[in-house]
Amino acid sequence: MNAIKNFIEEAGWPRILIAAFLVLLFVAAPFVNVRLDASLSDTLVRFGMNGVMVLAMVPMIQSGCGLNFGLPLGIIAGLLGAVTSVELGVQGFAGVCTAMGIALPIAIIFGWGYGLLLNKVKGDEMMIATYVGFSSVAIMCIMWLVLPYSSPNMVWGYAGQGLRTTISVEEFWQNAIGGIGSFNIGEFFYFPTGMFVFFFLCCGLMALFMRTRTGTAMTTVGSNPEYARASGVNIDHMRTLSVIISTVLGALGIIIYQQSFGFIQLYMGPFYMAFPAVAAILIGGASVKKASIVNVIVGTILFQGILTMTPSVINSMIQTDMSEVIRIIVSNGMILYALTRVTKVK
Amino acid sequence: METTPLLRVEGVGKAYYSNVVLKNITFSLEEGRILGVVGENGAGKSTLMNILFGMSVIEKTGGYTGSIFVNGEEVHFRRPKDALNAGIGMVHQEFSLIPGFTVTENILLNRESLNYTVAEEVFGSCLRTLNRPAMTTRAESAIKKLNVDLDGETLIAELPVGHKQFTEIAREIANSSTKILVLDEPTAVLTESEADILLASMRRLADAGIAIIFISHRLNEVLTICDDIVVLRDGEVVLNTPTAQTSVRGMAAAMVGRKVESIAPENNEDTRLIGETLLEVDHLWVDMPGETVRNVNLAIRQGEIFGIGGLAGQGKLGIANGIMGLAPAGGTVRFDGKPLALNQPSAPLAAGISAVSEDRRGVGLLLEESIAWNIIFSAMQNQGKFLKPLAGGLVRVRDEAAICACAQRYIADLEIKCVNELQIVQELSGGNQQKVCLAKAFETNPRLLFVAEPTRGIDVGAKKVVLDTLQRYNREFGMTIVMVSSELEELRSICDRIAITDRGRIAGILPASEPSENFGILMMGTAHEGAQTA
Repeated sequence: MNAIKNFIEEAGWPRILIAAFLVLLFVAAPFVNVRLDASLSDTLVRFGMNGVMVLAMVPMIQSGCGLNFGLPLGIIAGLLGAVTSVELGVQGFAGVCTAMGIALPIAIIFGWGYGLLLNKVKGDEMMIATYVGFSSVAIMCIMWLVLPYSSPNMVWGYAGQGLRTTISVEEFWQNAIGGIGSFNIGEFFYFPTGMFVFFFLCCGLMALFMRTRTGTAMTTVGSNPEYARASGVNIDHMRTLSVIISTVLGALGIIIYQQSFGFIQLYMGPFYMAFPAVAAILIGGASVKKASIVNVIVGTILFQGILTMTPSVINSMIQTDMSEVIRIIVSNGMILYALTRVTKVK
Repeated sequence: METTPLLRVEGVGKAYYSNVVLKNITFSLEEGRILGVVGENGAGKSTLMNILFGMSVIEKTGGYTGSIFVNGEEVHFRRPKDALNAGIGMVHQEFSLIPGFTVTENILLNRESLNYTVAEEVFGSCLRTLNRPAMTTRAESAIKKLNVDLDGETLIAELPVGHKQFTEIAREIANSSTKILVLDEPTAVLTESEADILLASMRRLADAGIAIIFISHRLNEVLTICDDIVVLRDGEVVLNTPTAQTSVRGMAAAMVGRKVESIAPENNEDTRLIGETLLEVDHLWVDMPGETVRNVNLAIRQGEIFGIGGLAGQGKLGIANGIMGLAPAGGTVRFDGKPLALNQPSAPLAAGISAVSEDRRGVGLLLEESIAWNIIFSAMQNQGKFLKPLAGGLVRVRDEAAICACAQRYIADLEIKCVNELQIVQELSGGNQQKVCLAKAFETNPRLLFVAEPTRGIDVGAKKVVLDTLQRYNREFGMTIVMVSSELEELRSICDRIAITDRGRIAGILPASEPSENFGILMMGTAHEGAQTA
């Protein structure tokens, strides 16, 4: 009995309820003619696609900058890398590496500026971050039109200039990472090994970083900035560093996402990208002040699982398209829940 | 002339749970007299006034014992409104005025003169309009009683501090039912000439029949204005006398007491080597809110325990925070002959100076982290301790085993009561949290340690461990310690020399063996009247 109680307390009711709901969906799937193996495979693929972007939330939460609602900024850096790589025409694994290599310095510069801005608005980071994300997307809507890209794969056909809203990477580097070591079981089950390796590599590096002197200082800045300052830590440096890491992970995350999805989505594409990532890490049990790698993994599985399963199962059950509604309720409801939750003092 | 005193307090006591703050307080106040209440910070003055004014904090923490009589009738105020109705007016240390309203509006707030309107028949008296001319007259008459130059139409926000204080007092006397006026340190924010005006108007009010309770730290004022004086110490009345029968020295002696004096001689028997000057402070100023340091010169010698005392707000805390780079500061500080960079928290840490903050929960601890983290963090960040190389020295990560071992050592050494070293600090009692703060500072092996208010809010047992530990580290490792505390007796029990701050300056430095009233006189800012400095 105690063991159950402890487990519930450790995991938290929201996670248990959502996990139970997810299990229920999987159980119900075969009865409404939804294939279990295909659903499971979809869930895993989506997990691999989104994992890195959820991981991007961790450093900023740990350093006390809150949830990174400004993730679109990192995503834009990733998009610039991806678009440039396509422009250069590099294919396969090298293509993805080029995209990441170009995205990295851009993300570092963006993150640095974003970090400086957040240091000026301590206490209101999340509000400002949201608008950093929104306004950077808006600026890029203009930039995608005027930047001098000319590859016929990407520009509007009739004008010969300006990037299209959706760009296919099929001929360049689709599944260049996800495809490494991937395998099928039966007709419908596909496992993207490479994507998982990449995600867990990122998680491992993050876990390691959090245990270094700098990582420890970062967590301390989030826990009590005054304590950190009195111990000789430069609070602003730590916060800026965390924002840079978060932005870089956002950039890498979107490239992983695109190579699996097969398309680069420009213009309003990144606009709402922060919300699923925020919702996922909160479902995973993170709070606005504390997050761990376990929160990332659990949260991504649960959130993406729900997103994959509700459309197929519920729609087959009730014969209408409820998927989008449920997705919005779950993700925004989760954000609402987490932001209003008061940390319990034992 | 009086058979029944206006106010009589009999055997009043108060305990916040097990912490007794007031014991058996008895005094009385007669019509038209001014009673001075003096005492150190924490002597129980505020609690006494809270009881008298029926502040809710008293009821919430279990009420009080004893009885209070107004006009011979026993009263028991449960909320400030009861006290107001009984004719007790109070002017708090912090202003409670509305900045955007005029002086007149503030004076008559919620007691305005009103005009009849038709709407009132339907919606009730809340729709009456203000009778401005009548209000102006009433406010003016109240201001006149104080004999100050105060324009009723000025906005509070535009007034100098002194005039805000007068507005507060005018508000209380505008209430015609006020019989007893309590003034909590009204002169603290006033200039000397303003204070003189206030004292004169207090006398006038008293002559008009209002009884006044005057709380002040300025003993000279108390001597000048009051008819009777009550001195509180540790929640007890230690002196209750007509003014004529006491002096500044007498009050100071009563205030600071000499209860722990027997401990003091002990530490003079040791054979420590007090060396050369280790820390030299020259013209230090620190802009710390509420604890401004204006001009401090100090020389602290290697191996001594140096005490800094003084009343709250006189800058004693600012000195430590300024040198540690936690508050904007200027001036020169030399440590071990080398100049120390100010405004840069990592500089003193690198030079070998650590500090235990007076704000234990705000600055001193990571409340949501483990004891072990709290203890090792400073040493790890500044000295690279507790890190082990990984992947051939490519990265260095936390050495959890060494961290736990270190924490366990301190838990045993300082008798920290906890489940284990991984317990969250928030769950510890105040005393044990303070020990964690000490352990954090000790682990950086400082040559000089600032300890600010180390015993504030902790129980007697922990207090002893904390003070003994400080003394032991000083004796065994030759750690130079600068202890900042508002409790003079605590300073006298372990320090070699004690500096007293007053208005952001050092009023004097005395050996701890000096009689306590000399320190009391320094604290009261009356040094020029006869205390010698060492």
